[in-house]
Amino acid sequence: MNDIDYGTPAVVADREVTLNIDGVAVSVPAGTTVMRAAVQAGVMIPKLCATDTLEPFGSCRLCLVEIEGRRGYPSSCTTPAEAGMKVRTQSPKLADLRRNVMELYISDHPLDCLTCAANGNCELQTMAGTVGLREVRYGMAGANHFTDVKKDESNPYFTYDPGKCIVCNRCVRACEETQGTFALTISGRGFESRVSAGQSEDFMDSECVSCGACVNACPTATLMEKTVIAKGQAEHSVTTTCAYCGVGCGFKAEMQGSEVVRMVPWKDGRANEGHACVKGRFAWGYATHADRITKPMIRAKISDPWREVSWEEAIAHAASEFRRIQDKHGRNSIGALVSSRCTNEEDYLVQKLVRAAFGNNNVDTCARVCHSPTGYGLKQTLGESAGTQTFKSVEKADVIMVVGANPTDGHPVFASRMKRRLRAGAKLIVLDPREIDLVKSPHIRADYHLKLRPGTNVAVLTALAHVIVTEGLVDERFIAERCEAQAFADWREFVARPANSPEALEADSGVPAAEVRAAARLYATGGNAAIYYGLGVTEHSQGSTAVIAIANLAMATGNVGREGVGVNPLRGQNNVQGSCDMGSFPHELPGYRHVSDTITRELFEHAWNVSIQPEPGLRIPNMFEAALDGSFRALYCQGEDPVQSDPNTQHVQSALAAMECVVVQDLFLNETAKFAHVFLPGASFLEKDGTFTNAERRISRVRKVMAPLSGKADWEVTMALSNALGYPMHYEHPSQIMDEIARLTPTFAGVSFDKIDRLGSLQWPCNEHSPEGTPTMHVDSFVRGKGRFLITQYVPTDEKVTRKFPLLLTTGRVLSQYNVGAQTRRTENVRFYDEDRLEIHPHDAEERGIREGDWVGIQSRAGDTVLRAKITSRVQPGVVYTTFHFPESGANVITTDNSDWATNCPEYKVTAVELVRVDQPSEWQLRNAREDKKQKRLLIGAAAA
Amino acid sequence: MNPDNLIKMANQIGAFFEAMPNREQAVRDIAAHIQRNWDPRMRVAMQQHISSTGGAGLTPMVKDAFRLV
Repeated sequence: MNDIDYGTPAVVADREVTLNIDGVAVSVPAGTTVMRAAVQAGVMIPKLCATDTLEPFGSCRLCLVEIEGRRGYPSSCTTPAEAGMKVRTQSPKLADLRRNVMELYISDHPLDCLTCAANGNCELQTMAGTVGLREVRYGMAGANHFTDVKKDESNPYFTYDPGKCIVCNRCVRACEETQGTFALTISGRGFESRVSAGQSEDFMDSECVSCGACVNACPTATLMEKTVIAKGQAEHSVTTTCAYCGVGCGFKAEMQGSEVVRMVPWKDGRANEGHACVKGRFAWGYATHADRITKPMIRAKISDPWREVSWEEAIAHAASEFRRIQDKHGRNSIGALVSSRCTNEEDYLVQKLVRAAFGNNNVDTCARVCHSPTGYGLKQTLGESAGTQTFKSVEKADVIMVVGANPTDGHPVFASRMKRRLRAGAKLIVLDPREIDLVKSPHIRADYHLKLRPGTNVAVLTALAHVIVTEGLVDERFIAERCEAQAFADWREFVARPANSPEALEADSGVPAAEVRAAARLYATGGNAAIYYGLGVTEHSQGSTAVIAIANLAMATGNVGREGVGVNPLRGQNNVQGSCDMGSFPHELPGYRHVSDTITRELFEHAWNVSIQPEPGLRIPNMFEAALDGSFRALYCQGEDPVQSDPNTQHVQSALAAMECVVVQDLFLNETAKFAHVFLPGASFLEKDGTFTNAERRISRVRKVMAPLSGKADWEVTMALSNALGYPMHYEHPSQIMDEIARLTPTFAGVSFDKIDRLGSLQWPCNEHSPEGTPTMHVDSFVRGKGRFLITQYVPTDEKVTRKFPLLLTTGRVLSQYNVGAQTRRTENVRFYDEDRLEIHPHDAEERGIREGDWVGIQSRAGDTVLRAKITSRVQPGVVYTTFHFPESGANVITTDNSDWATNCPEYKVTAVELVRVDQPSEWQLRNAREDKKQKRLLIGAAAA
Repeated sequence: MNPDNLIKMANQIGAFFEAMPNREQAVRDIAAHIQRNWDPRMRVAMQQHISSTGGAGLTPMVKDAFRLV
């Protein structure tokens, strides 16, 4: 079940060396250690402090070897292999040395192996056996033997037992090298040496971010998952993909039968290379939470009690309602929302259901409210609606520009990679209104933090371009070879205008012109420059313009088409990229082909045996508008919670309340389900097969480790609904759905489950030109042929500060919670963050008499809510910030209907507000709490009904 | 569909393309964007608004663009 541990990391080198280990010749890349070479030759050298996810340390002295012509016994983990070297890993002397070392370790280790949680998976125990330890001559009076050393159980997910620590430093090194938090150290000397979190604090009180890297690295039971302590060691494992953020980490679900014991980051997972975060590693308990609803339910009105019914009845009822409504109000009166949390195969099926069974194009995805501007902006400029790189590419970046993203919280595993590169010397530019952790973290300082006002991304990005153009920093050769000449000339003339200079835009953006100029020079001349951006770019009225501006910068400086550079959208959810790829937008068929394109439409019409409408359907906000005017009456909502996640909550609630039939398919009775007439239980990622596509276009397998709690995986439910609607769908396994996608989508032509299983994962495009996928895009030419510059005129948002609303609210998320929190709120992660707080600058707080922890009323043009205050200079004066993880907070009661001009992605990041100290929740919160109780009461007795 | 919201959306689209150097092309691009992204009922509602009010609230370029939609 355990992967082979090569002891030290793999080395990439231009040349190989051949050496001889125990009589076996082995060739390895130059710079590889003797230990790793030995494992490659099939020889396992004993070790304790070495592991192949960490740099060599050379402290345990177990891995000693003899090398012909050399004196002494060098440690194999720190000795580089050399050509012609002759190594002996076994000799009587080496055996003696190793036994003596083990004897010393064991002399100070509790020998409670039979009752120890690591029993069966303990490297110390294994090494004692390997070296043939038979006695401990130092007696059993070591300081830690069976004594009551206090265990630190403060972390909800793992324990720290100092009595079992062998001071191998693996945890300390993992925290530094892998995670980059530097929360751990070794305190004390000699026998008193111990791992220590922070300043000898409990783990929970320290800087620890609970990524689990230390637990993973620990060779004993010193750091141990509480689930393993409770259940014991797993007996098999299944490799799958995390269902949280867009990094898409590979995990091994370690199992006892159909019960998960722990999730261990997959060392060979290319997105994460053996690392994880507190969500993917530990926060999976929601999958079996008592709140899961596992029986279909129906009701006539949303004020009626729920009634549990059979799958057949629920599906038949939903289908008959959809048909009834279409008969009465026309075929365009119904539609569906798909989720970026569901698999590619499920997303594909829902859009197929809409286009083939509903007979319209009213399908949209929650990517609408996060990265739809990425799809538009990158398609217009580069020719493909996707990021250009692999995550690994960051290792070759010399300058990293982070725009409107908070990787350490939103994409923590990628952030660790980025931080490693920054510690190695890459320069950092951050564009963010708020001081994100990356600006100042251990051994990292941003070279430039352009602390812009919310809503002014386009001004600052265009000002950066102005400097690049007017100071002669354009990569003229790249432009001449790779880009459309006239479009570039128009753009060059536009950005060079004085109105686009940093000085002219300083008053709007709040960023000193000199800083913009210096950052532009660094980006353009600092070597390989890579841009990483997030929702702080897209969720604006000019979200698409900002994405275009980013692509313009990358093209202007020739930073596209090789490793270490590029345009990298950090996708919010696990399958944002995939849901967009699968044709979940109302205007596009799979592969980003417009529904008006006759050739593409005919391809699908022939395959599906239906006629497809050539006109675009409704987007999510348009559906709500149409519901309020009566032309949209029914919605199938799979794995999405627009009531909590979409802006202007009261508007969304009114729209849903106006519909005649809302069908929600979800794990829980979410906020939207309170407006539903049919509830179809969903399946978690542990209960189904399929694929997710992460932010680097990497398609990875999701594998079923347990049967669906409701009896059906989500794709089976969609299929049943389609069949009930009279459009036949017959798939026996999601692999058949992927085969259909591959047949109909050129960029997926070479994709199959078999190939993904063989390669581990692959990045689209995958076809006859690149049968094993495409790590870097636009290498020799852009997907659209020539790169296209577009003019990016800064248009200030309508959401302006006034005397009545003098502050700007912006929103984001924290490390331990995930989006609307439906999953993470149902785990121990609430111990890290249990309510949304409002961050206020001390100056703004003082002006309003607000102190830390006070209840603060926040009023916008859309509504008002109440949150508790957190006073911090992390936000700038005039700006307040909150998260949206808890429904009772009503963060989206105050966000407005403003949206991106091109895609209608909501402008979550800019809302003009005023604050006032209050002593009770808002009227909306009180009403919502009453409604919540009422809806929960309607669940009682559902089974008996 | 609420015409005020549609007017705002259309003018936002117009504001992006208005910066382009070729006005005729910009008008065509506005029209194409609306054609390719708006559900027909939204376009019909806007055309009705233009018929009944002469396009009140719309910028001149957007009004021109709707002649091509």
